[in-house]
Amino acid sequence: MTDHVEPASHPAADSASHPAPDPSDAHGSVYDGLLGGDPSHWAFGTDFEDPLAGVDTTVPDGVDAGDLGTYCQMLADDALVASQRLSQWTSRAPDLEEDIALANIALDLLGQARLLLARAAAADPSLVPALPSGSPVPPEDALAFFREAGQFRNVRLVETDNGDFAVTVVKLLVFATARLALLERLSASRDHVLAAVAAKGVKELTYTRDYAGRWFLTLAQGTDESRRRLDAALAAVWPFQAELFATHEVEARVAAAGVGVDPATTADDVAVVLAQVFAVSGVDQPTQGALAAVQGRQGRDGLHTEALSLLLAEMQVVARAHPMGQW
Amino acid sequence: MTDTATDPLQAGFDTTIGHGDRIEPRDWMPDGYRRTLVRQIAQHAHSEIIGMQPEGAWIGRAPSLRRKAILLAKVQDEAGHGLYLYSACETLGVSRGELTEKLISGAQKYSSIFNYPTLSYADVGTIGWLVDGAAICNQVPLCRTSFGPYGRAMIRICKEESFHQRQGYELLMTMMRGTEAQRAMVQESVNRFWWPALMMFGPPDDESPNSAQSMAWGIKRNSNDDLRQRFVDMSVPQAQALGVTFPDPELRWNAERGHHDFGQPDWDEFMQVVKGNGPCNTQRIAHRRKAHEEGAWVREAATAYAAKQAAAAHGQEGAA
Repeated sequence: MTDHVEPASHPAADSASHPAPDPSDAHGSVYDGLLGGDPSHWAFGTDFEDPLAGVDTTVPDGVDAGDLGTYCQMLADDALVASQRLSQWTSRAPDLEEDIALANIALDLLGQARLLLARAAAADPSLVPALPSGSPVPPEDALAFFREAGQFRNVRLVETDNGDFAVTVVKLLVFATARLALLERLSASRDHVLAAVAAKGVKELTYTRDYAGRWFLTLAQGTDESRRRLDAALAAVWPFQAELFATHEVEARVAAAGVGVDPATTADDVAVVLAQVFAVSGVDQPTQGALAAVQGRQGRDGLHTEALSLLLAEMQVVARAHPMGQW
Repeated sequence: MTDTATDPLQAGFDTTIGHGDRIEPRDWMPDGYRRTLVRQIAQHAHSEIIGMQPEGAWIGRAPSLRRKAILLAKVQDEAGHGLYLYSACETLGVSRGELTEKLISGAQKYSSIFNYPTLSYADVGTIGWLVDGAAICNQVPLCRTSFGPYGRAMIRICKEESFHQRQGYELLMTMMRGTEAQRAMVQESVNRFWWPALMMFGPPDDESPNSAQSMAWGIKRNSNDDLRQRFVDMSVPQAQALGVTFPDPELRWNAERGHHDFGQPDWDEFMQVVKGNGPCNTQRIAHRRKAHEEGAWVREAATAYAAKQAAAAHGQEGAA
């Protein structure tokens, strides 16, 4: 694996020592590929650096295992669906540098999703969809590829179409800023796996937020056309941002247990960061109202836009055709 | 060639080539050498960029999270290879923008293999194994090519390509351990890609118009037929280990030659694809053109912003 050269734009890639995972760890299978072993399994953005090696995966006391699993799904689904959308830019970006950068971000989020889904399955195995007896599909893949749209708990922001580059930049700015604020707090979680995933994610999202912020400024100050498109993108995306800070009852409970973070507690910090980006860019604070819930239900409750089932149809088609398949 | 006896520049160039040393961008070089290099490096760069499409089409459908990450990273590497090669070409005085225009206008070519469709997830593995494998056979000798920036780019690219080849082979190996349907998918994919992979080495030597001059200049190092033979000899035991067959009734070991005998690809099909009538030629170029045109406003915005920043910095300096 050392002979594989990192594309220049990737922020940090320390593929140094990866201690072997503890073979007595029942959840070792998912971490094996991430920590090393067969180098042919290795890919950028999926190597998990030392924080998780030997991490204690028992569920901390004082938190319901079902709540922890569901909470991990929420964090995982945001990352997975955002990654699936971003990867659709591959071979379609405005320039090769952007193609590479967006793929890096998609890889980072995919890596987070994989670990979080594995954590969800380990915390509460009853969340994992049933597959035929003897299926070799690992639990994190069963969660990704065999759940229905109504079982996904991502916010609606991440599932909407990429739109043009301006829409993608605005979505990414809002999403990365909110997720960074969340993961900064989550790195103090009493759950060691969540704390490790969050600590790794903080580095990745710092880069992502910076990338999106720089492009936001560039589009705002570039040409009349880029400014027109950015303004339209901001108006289109803004109704989705409030949902990022709405507290779901599961989030409230895991936060109270010191395992999760109540997203409402990040709202002020996120607003300050976004206001700074808007001010530097000379863009007015958007005023569009929040997208309504449906009978009180939003993404975290499994209530989605029309876009999600189409996205999942593509994502799940091969896996579902081969429930006994090995990949 | 010009009169070498009286031209010291030409004589110096010939000496460098004769010693197997590298020509660097600031060195004098014959116009024909420069043109040939631009054509070859650009074609290679375009192949990397167009090559993102057939595999990239399966990123969204990758059947496991690990395979999705591997494929996404691989296609990303291809974009990186395109970048290095366009940069090597820029040292010869041609910009990436000019080359992209020539790609989408059809003035410059890319590898015909990418004009074949990808029809199952096994194709991701087969492309890694056979297509990247054939590319490596073609490209390893280019690490010693006479033009420095091209040779250095190729060293890096070949390392990554060999990594991709192992990943592709490993995917197929895993699928062969899976269900009957998966094994059938692998064999069907190999059947479709075997002949196009052999075509990647170009027409037979006696029908390859540019080869002789390129070999004399040290741009090209081995003949098409030699490389094709090397690829067949390398692939046969790999197929046996995998448990698949190649769709060639003439394929057998020839102890006397110490090589495998094999049949010829359909060169009429090859010429059809090269001329633009392949299954995906129009689609691939249209995809690239659309991305390029739809990204124009973004590139213009970045240029305009950079210019404003530079002007502001200049203004500050002036005021200070």
